[in-house]
Amino acid sequence: MNTAPKKAPALISADARPVSGAWAAEARADAAARLADMGLPTRRDEYWKWTRPDSLISATPDMAEVFDYEGESLVFHAIDRLKIVFVDGVFDADASDELDGEGLEIERLASAAGKDIHWAKDLYGVLETKGQTPVVRPLAAHNTAMATDGVVIRVTGKVSRPVSLIYQHKDANSDAILHNVVRLEEGAKLTLLENGAAAARLSKVTEVDIGPGAEFHHVRAQGRDHDRQAVTHMFTRVDTGAVFKSFTMTVNGKLTRNECIIDIVGDDAIAHVAGAALGDGAAGDFHHDDTVFVTHDAVSCESRQVFKKVLKNGAKGVFQGKILVKPGAQKTDGYQKSQSLLLDDDAQFLAKPELEIYADDVACSHGSTSGAIDEEALFYLRSRGVPTHIATDLLVLAFLADAIEEIEDEAVAAEIIDRLDAWLARRRG
Amino acid sequence: MLKINNLHVKLEEEDKRILKGVDLEVPAGSVHAIMGPNGSGKSTLSYVLSGRDGYEVTEGGATLDGEDLLDMDPEERAAAGLFLAFQYPVEIPGVGNMTFLRTAVNAQRKARGEEEMSAADFLKFIRAKAKELKIDADMLKRPVNVGFSGGEKKRNEILQMAMLEPKMCILDETDSGLDVDAMKLVSEGVNALRNAGRSFLVITHYQRLLDHIKPDVVHIMADGRIVKSGGPELALEVENNGYADILAEMEVEA
Repeated sequence: MNTAPKKAPALISADARPVSGAWAAEARADAAARLADMGLPTRRDEYWKWTRPDSLISATPDMAEVFDYEGESLVFHAIDRLKIVFVDGVFDADASDELDGEGLEIERLASAAGKDIHWAKDLYGVLETKGQTPVVRPLAAHNTAMATDGVVIRVTGKVSRPVSLIYQHKDANSDAILHNVVRLEEGAKLTLLENGAAAARLSKVTEVDIGPGAEFHHVRAQGRDHDRQAVTHMFTRVDTGAVFKSFTMTVNGKLTRNECIIDIVGDDAIAHVAGAALGDGAAGDFHHDDTVFVTHDAVSCESRQVFKKVLKNGAKGVFQGKILVKPGAQKTDGYQKSQSLLLDDDAQFLAKPELEIYADDVACSHGSTSGAIDEEALFYLRSRGVPTHIATDLLVLAFLADAIEEIEDEAVAAEIIDRLDAWLARRRG
Repeated sequence: MLKINNLHVKLEEEDKRILKGVDLEVPAGSVHAIMGPNGSGKSTLSYVLSGRDGYEVTEGGATLDGEDLLDMDPEERAAAGLFLAFQYPVEIPGVGNMTFLRTAVNAQRKARGEEEMSAADFLKFIRAKAKELKIDADMLKRPVNVGFSGGEKKRNEILQMAMLEPKMCILDETDSGLDVDAMKLVSEGVNALRNAGRSFLVITHYQRLLDHIKPDVVHIMADGRIVKSGGPELALEVENNGYADILAEMEVEA
């Protein structure tokens, strides 16, 4: 282990941080101090061994050509939802719906942060801070200090219409830092949709506090831009009897690091996080990293991690997933699955599953595999007249099925399957 | 219908000859059976005909209605009317049985320049066929062969055969792993598909399947060749005396 002290960046000065009201200014100052203390990530850090942080922390982002969707409707377009649009990391009021709805309080971060008193004070940077132990996440602290935009959402009832955050990327050199905060009060329910690349380089933190018996569903599609880079963190606190379910679809993208830090603090809670990532190096560099940390600190809770990657032509996938069961968190049911389908010899998948258990009455396991298309199954399908390319796509979708099953809303799931199918059809050959 | 001419096949990966000059002709509308001891090349023959990887044809050929089978991809052979009922049907988690069959039916129709079947017509069609084979709706919804019993898997093969309506059906040890009732059900399914335009090649180890699916001609295969052909009585001879006598008579090493 390298014990030499890392060179800490200087404290980001108050002048450099976005102008904020009292509570937010304090939260940002705290985050800047944390970051100065922990230093920026380097390749010597255990959790950055497989994903180079350099381009995520460089002073300016690499240029990322804006993807041309050629007029095609974007994902979720047919779903009735409350639309909130950001262009290159800046809220676009004209393109967005009115920021309200029954059982919802929505406010732009800049507006909430400008006030002296706000409920978001209890969450902004708070869940992030908690998520810094035992593994530091410097880019999340940086985000809390520097985030320029985002939304804060308070959910007081069961909201049937999803809130949809649409992140458009229009400037090839944009560098967006977004921070969202979501609080679900007791018994509340919300589906949050997110789609789009957001910027040439994106740093996004989402903090989600799920109150007792509340339900939070999250489905995200990260856009098709090839050159874009993104580091995202989702910190969630799951209270008694609450449900957290998150699914992310990633196709293309030079660099993506999605971290999900789940803290289960109330009994009988459920937390599932899933992802399907598809990369074809022939279309541009592809590096996708899922880093997950689930802490069980309550009794009779269930957690699932289901991550699937389909890789070819030099595409690279990384999975680092941990389940920590704290003393007393009995009857924990934790399962972690990370699998990759390597469609050729050039693709690469690196996985580090970890279990750390301090309770004696738990069921925890993990399964990490990488393999090729099942030749037996392929021949079986072909022998029935299904051409190789269709048979392969069927088998790829079958491979992804248990990740997609984590999406509760059938219409949303169908939309995701359509998009995956379309991606596969485009990448045949 | 099916014509196999002096077919020699070796394993691609190693220097092992498996078929050493198979000659066989199955006319339209007839049922031929191939029997033979383990390792005689029966299953290899079925795989080579259906286009599985790993085999190299070193000599001879095979045609279906005059078309060179060995030149085609497996999916092309299927579209041309060839069907192999697998000895070990493959489980495909994540792919629904219904989706699989609909994809297969429509892919074959498309390959033949026919119109694809509508969802409603397909549903009607498959329900009728499934009912005949005592396949319940639940089995159609489940992933292909996953969690199916041995009998269910074989019935599912026959269902696929019924749906795809091939003209040349090869049954590779369809009786293996079946109890008497299941064998009867599967045989009834096969017999229902017999007609003047459709031929069957039934590969089996035992005579008992041939009690249910009555063959016109029985061939004995040993050491990669057909060593003897005859009527249904040949199967009975094997049943009563085993292969040893026949092979000794033909001077073939088992």
